[in-house]
Amino acid sequence: MKIKAHQLIESIEFKKLVRIRWTVSFVLLFFLFLNYYGFILIIALKKDWVTQKLGNGNYGLYAGASVILFSWFLTFVYVFWANRYYDQEVEVLKSKLESEAK
Amino acid sequence: MESSLGQPNFISVLFFVIFVVLTLGITYWAAKKTKTSSEFYAAGRSITGFQNGLALSGDFMSAASFLGISGMVALKGYDGIIYAVGWLVGWPALMFLLAEPLRNLGKYTFADVLAFRLKQKPIRIVASIGGILVTITYSIAQIVGSGKLINLMFGLPYELAVVIVGGVMLMYVLFGGMIATTWVQIIKACLLLFGVTLLVILSLAQFGFSLENLFSEVETKFGRTALEPGGFAASPIDSISLGLALMFGLLGLPHILMRFYTVPDAKEARKSVAYATTFIGYFYIIIPIVGFAAAVLIGREQIAGIDKGGNMAAALLAELLGGTPFLGFIAAVAFATILAVVAGLTLAAASTISHDLYFNVFTEGKATEKEQVSVAKKATVVFSVVSILLGILFKDQNVAFMVGLAFAIAASGNFPALILSILWKNFSTLGGVFSILIGSVSATLFIIFSPTVWVDVFKFDQAIFPLKNPAIVSMSLAFLSAFIFSKLFPDENATARFESEKVRVYLGIGAE
Repeated sequence: MKIKAHQLIESIEFKKLVRIRWTVSFVLLFFLFLNYYGFILIIALKKDWVTQKLGNGNYGLYAGASVILFSWFLTFVYVFWANRYYDQEVEVLKSKLESEAK
Repeated sequence: MESSLGQPNFISVLFFVIFVVLTLGITYWAAKKTKTSSEFYAAGRSITGFQNGLALSGDFMSAASFLGISGMVALKGYDGIIYAVGWLVGWPALMFLLAEPLRNLGKYTFADVLAFRLKQKPIRIVASIGGILVTITYSIAQIVGSGKLINLMFGLPYELAVVIVGGVMLMYVLFGGMIATTWVQIIKACLLLFGVTLLVILSLAQFGFSLENLFSEVETKFGRTALEPGGFAASPIDSISLGLALMFGLLGLPHILMRFYTVPDAKEARKSVAYATTFIGYFYIIIPIVGFAAAVLIGREQIAGIDKGGNMAAALLAELLGGTPFLGFIAAVAFATILAVVAGLTLAAASTISHDLYFNVFTEGKATEKEQVSVAKKATVVFSVVSILLGILFKDQNVAFMVGLAFAIAASGNFPALILSILWKNFSTLGGVFSILIGSVSATLFIIFSPTVWVDVFKFDQAIFPLKNPAIVSMSLAFLSAFIFSKLFPDENATARFESEKVRVYLGIGAE
């Protein structure tokens, strides 16, 4: 059954899509904040944690690289989710829409 | 070690000339394709996600990151790493919050997104002010940096260097528009990634390809403290404020945001960010190795002797490890880097002037394609001349605060209004106008009253505003004023249009 844009926005599927989209975004953003500001705050407040030796270097040296790697990983989680789930849902919803919206 | 830095060096000039000739060739090719405004501003939406990812990283990895961060690690050790990390973390945020909505809502500039359901005239005028403030401060910082760099590397006079950078960049943008600018960014990103990788491999070869050996050498030469955080950690609020500016500043930089209109759809926009994050992350992970290796192999005194800020650490290391040819290559890459970033900024400013101000405000959308492109070209010339002149005027100024200012205005002026227009149904025109104005003006004033300018530049004893970067305060003010003015002056049209905005944001229906 084809529906109009207004009906689509009121539909449960669309509302669910919007909700999931921002839930995923904000959960990932939360981890990004935890990752980066956690790193900054540990350096500022618990400096002795990062100065502990690890080989000839210390934890802080590897922590810097890990923060970058983890941020990179988060973007790939998002892409994976978007390709697997979001795009499919968008296609389903688009096919329900009457062509006048274009 | 005897360095040939500062002498006009045949090989580096040769590399640079090859780069310029090659890219001008591309500009010539692009010029033939650039006729409509969509081709001029958005490369006809024909760039793939991979290409755009490279171009985005080309736009973002400025000379400040390449030379500045390696120099900071060389002279200050660990604190440089903290800074490098801060430059990456905005990219995932850009992906989660803005990449898809931007592509689905806008045509050429970020103001398109704001103007989608708010009143065109006021919002475009104010958004242009915010956008141009960011681009002009960021390009002055780049131009002043480039002048000094060329001066140090080739021994050319400062003013001549600035005119060369300005002139070449003007040709890219004027004749080739976004197509040429994109390819300049791509070539530059590849050269930079290749150059830094080679530098890291050659450096590690000196330490038996072991990071452990490098760290132990750093420790024996400069003591344990070189590997540990120092002054950066002194004030946590300051560090968090800087972090906010770096992270959300990215989400308000006009020249980065406009790159999302060069790809065909939201999926490619998403891919662009994924590739850009990969390249930029790789770059910031390996750049500290260059800094540490330079400190050990060349010595801090010698690096600081040539340039107090340590900006020549990477160049000196290249010369030591690969002789004059490698120095020439790295010098040319650094020059190309500045050229590419400034070209992107110029195009962003020209688009704002012609698309937002001339087309949408001044002629109320009635200008023809031809008129639009012609105004965009005139705006390019004016913006280039103004930034070259300001670059010469600001010759002896510290440019670090200008980069800080550009990011603070972007984070406080542009980002809050942008995200609220996508997420908040009751966001109103006046809410948007005041959010942008209060955000940009407070960020600018706080920077002037901060220790960076009030004490370091104006030489007063005490700063009026205690933080070095104001983002934490000015961003809050921007969000707060958006909220208060939207509640006081609601905008029924904007609320009503939120529905059609939603169809476009989430499903991409109707996006060009």
